This record gives sequence, structure tokens and C-alpha cells, in this order.
Amino acid sequence: MAADARRHEAARARWLVSGPPLLYLLVFFAAPTLIMVLASFRSPGEFGGLAPLRDDTGALDLNVDAYVRFFTETVYAQVFVKSLVFALVTTLVCLALAYPLAALIARSPKKSRDILLLLVILPFWSNFLIRIYAWMILLGPNAALARAVNGVLGWFGAGPVPLLFSSFAVLVCLVYVHLPFMVLPLYANLEKHDPALLDAAQDLGASAWQRFWRITFPLSLPGVYAGAALVFIPALGIFAIPDLLGGPDDTLIGNLIKQQFLETRDWPFGSVLSIVLTVSALALVGLAAWLGRGATRGAERVGA
Amino acid sequence: MRSRSPLLVAVALAVYAFLYLPLAIVVVYSFNDSRLNAEWVGFTLDWYRKLFADDDMLAAARNSLVIGLVASLVATVLGTMAGIALHRYRLRLLPLLVFAPIAIPEILMGVSLLIFFVLLNFTLGLVSVAIAHIAFCIGFVAIVVRARMAGMDEALVEAARDCGATPWQAFRHVTLPLIMPGVIAGALMAFTLSIDDFVITFFTAGAGTVTLPLQIYSMIKIAVTPEVNAVSTLLMLLTLLLIVVASRLSPSLLRSQEEAPT
Repeated sequence: MAADARRHEAARARWLVSGPPLLYLLVFFAAPTLIMVLASFRSPGEFGGLAPLRDDTGALDLNVDAYVRFFTETVYAQVFVKSLVFALVTTLVCLALAYPLAALIARSPKKSRDILLLLVILPFWSNFLIRIYAWMILLGPNAALARAVNGVLGWFGAGPVPLLFSSFAVLVCLVYVHLPFMVLPLYANLEKHDPALLDAAQDLGASAWQRFWRITFPLSLPGVYAGAALVFIPALGIFAIPDLLGGPDDTLIGNLIKQQFLETRDWPFGSVLSIVLTVSALALVGLAAWLGRGATRGAERVGA
Repeated sequence: MRSRSPLLVAVALAVYAFLYLPLAIVVVYSFNDSRLNAEWVGFTLDWYRKLFADDDMLAAARNSLVIGLVASLVATVLGTMAGIALHRYRLRLLPLLVFAPIAIPEILMGVSLLIFFVLLNFTLGLVSVAIAHIAFCIGFVAIVVRARMAGMDEALVEAARDCGATPWQAFRHVTLPLIMPGVIAGALMAFTLSIDDFVITFFTAGAGTVTLPLQIYSMIKIAVTPEVNAVSTLLMLLTLLLIVVASRLSPSLLRSQEEAPT
């Protein structure tokens, strides 16, 4: 009896603890997401939003018009490809910058690691818009950077180029904003490496270059993939950076989504764009994770 | 300790400079006696004076504070429950719902909540923003609390129960005090995330409600003014303070893994 009562109590405790957050997220996360998926199959309303679910004849008005529009009009494919390219370039540049930093932190004495890591994270905690604004100042036409660049260009007889409101500005800021996401998982991985492996390789005559490409890099691939996922997903959906730093041609998929919901008010099409964005981001990251597992197994063989 | 080549150090220093130079410039120019964020003219506190006389900015700050307090409070309660549940029970749905908002693009959550609120005829404003913030903060609190739970000895709870404590008493007097640093760290993190959030707020605030990030956005959309530098500097100070306190309470916020045995 006592055991029975206790088991009953345990089941109740389980519901008491997990029930409220579960309920909250079902109502305010799962339901809105499902409603948006449904909205992507509905017709746009005459004055924005959604048309009634049942048309004049009482039939359900569900269609794939918005999907057809996305996949047939090339202008959307262009924006989507541009977003993918920007996110990919951002991920690669972040990787190139984060790797030496993560490696240095992992090789530092234990005591200074925490502070070095904190220094990477801190800028990430300053407001997102402030970090964009900082680049508006740095790349602005009056700033030292623009004057220096244009001064150099002037010597070669090239006309002044604006740094702000360009793809360059968008990419620089994308890298700046996402860099910490790459450093953290890379560091977590590099820190675990056994230095004996590198010593052994060196004793066997491997050069620094060989030691990096044959040992350190393959072993770090899980960290590389984790960092790439953390950078790629948010970078793909960004709209504030192209909005504030980009030129007229720098419309990305995030800007299109914002436009559909706040200006054109075409919700079905906006929903389609959001779904395509999310599905492709998760699919690409899933693919990377899958590749990563293979790489990890390979790396373990190298390590063993 | 392994070798640190001078080249590696140089590159790392350059990356640190890349991270900090832009923010340093924002701070420095907030004290600059010139409308243009171009070169140093002289020291002034005028931009801060202007800031504290700007009614729109003050209203936005007030909104941000109210939303941040409410959202972090509720998210801390729900997130702590979620963190405990994730540690103790094998659940299917809860982990998915807790981590998905962190894993998907923010903009998706913003627009889906916009559709949700408008279809329900729910007036967009402080309440809708707070509801949205709670939804994305729960996961972050849950992660911190779960990490703390993992470091806790569950035998202590068993012992309390064997000594006749009710489940609530065991939670109140054993579990909660032990995970408290994690809970507080989670709360500070949730508050910071809420104060800083732009994307989700942008879609769920409606036309009449402005928070600090929304106010900054509309200001810098029009022009660069040192008043933004001033508010940015204050906001950075606040965040810095909160994060330093949070990381003191829960070192796991900083370390991406437990200390490796040496």
C-alpha cells in the first residue's frame, strides 16, 4: 500500500512539475506554429491577413497557391539563394576567425581560460541593435575607416565607394554578431584534445601544418559543425542587419518575411517564406550533423 | 600547456579587437561633443542629459523594464519546473517544446505569434510581448537549472523523504536551496534576454507599444545620433552587471563543459 501510494504520488509530482511549462509552450509556441503552417495553405484576405476559411459556397478554402508562387517566381529564388550565400559566407568567415581564438584559449593556462572566454561572450550580451549601430558608425561616410579606404582608392584613381549600405557592411556585421556562437563550441571541443597526440606526431616527424590538418582539425569537426549550426540558422533568418546596413539589393529572406507581415500583409505567403526558411535551415543543419557524426567516427579512428 | 605561437596570439588579439573596437567607439562617442560620430571634439554629458529628457525614450525604458520583470519572473518559475522535469523524468514532448524555440530562427516565432494573437483578437501590446518573451526564455532558464540539477545529489531528496518530508517539503527545503544559484542565474539571463529582444518584440508589440530596442531601431533607421550612443552605453552597463552576477552564481554559464580531469 505504502509503495503504491508513493508511486501514485510520484506520478502526480511528475505532472505537477512538467505540466505547467508543457501547457504554456503548447499554447504559446506549438499552437501558433501549427496555426502558421495552416495559414500557409489559406488565401490572403482582401484587406490583408487571411481570407475566411470557408468561401461563399461554404467550401473549405485551402490551397497551395502561396507555395506555387514561391517556387515559380524567380525573384524569390534569387532572394533565397542570396540569403543562403550570405549565411554560408558568414559561417565560413566566423570559422576562420574563431578557430585561432578558440585554439589559443584552449592552450592557455587553466586560470586564464574563463576570463578569455568571458571576453568572447560579453559583446554577445550587449544589445543586438547596438552592435549593428556600432557598424553604422564605423562604416559611415565620415568615419576614419571609410576615409582611409577611399583615400587609398583615390591614389589609384578609383572613385569613392560607400562602405555603409552595401553587401560588405551586411556581411561584416553578420560575422560580428555571430562570431561568439562559433568560438564556444569550438573551444569546448579543442579543450578536450589530448596534447600527447600532437607530441607523438611531432616525434614521428610531422610538421606543424601536418599536425593541424591530420590531427587537430579532424578531431575538432564535431565542434566545427556545432558552431556552424549555431551561426548558420540565425544568420539565415536575419532581417535587421540588411534593413539597417544593406543597400537596395540586399534584401534577404528575413526582409521578405517582414515585408509580407507588416507592409503587404499577405500572411499566407509570409507563412510560406517562414516555413521554407525554417525547414531549409534545420535540414542543412541536420545534414551537417549527419556528416559530423561520420566525421567524428573517422576522427575517433584517427585518435584511437 | 601547449605551445602558443606568436602568430596565433597575434590573430587572437586581432579578433578580440574586432569584437571590442566597435562597442568601444559607441561608448567613447557617447561623451563626444559633436553631432557626428566621426571624430573626437571634446567631452560632454549633453547626450545623457538629452536622453533623460526624452519622454519617448523614458516610456520605452519603462515598458522594457515592466516586460522584463514580468517575463523573467514567470519564465523563471516555468523554466525551473521544466529544468527539474527534464533532469528527473524521461519525457518526449517537453524537451522538444523547451529547446525548439531556441533552435529555430527567431523570426518564425515572432510571425507565428503575430498571426496567433491577431486571429484571437488579442490586442497587441505589453501583454502580448510579455507572453512571447516568456515562451522563448523558458528554455534558457531550463538549461541552466537542469545543469544545476545534474550537479546535485538526489540522495539528499531521498533522505528527506525517508525522514517523513512531503514531496513539497523536500523540494522547498532541500532541492530549491541547492539549485537556487542556477535559478537566480536563469532569472537574470531571462531578464537580459527580454530587455534585449528585438525580433520577437518587433512582431508582437503592435503599433502603440515601444520597448528600448524598438525605440533604438526607429531612431537609427532615420539617422545616427549620439543620444543612441548614450542609451547604448547605459544598456551595455546594465547587461554587463547582470551577466557578471549571473556567471558568478552559475559558473556553468561560462564553461561550456565541466572541468576535465587532469
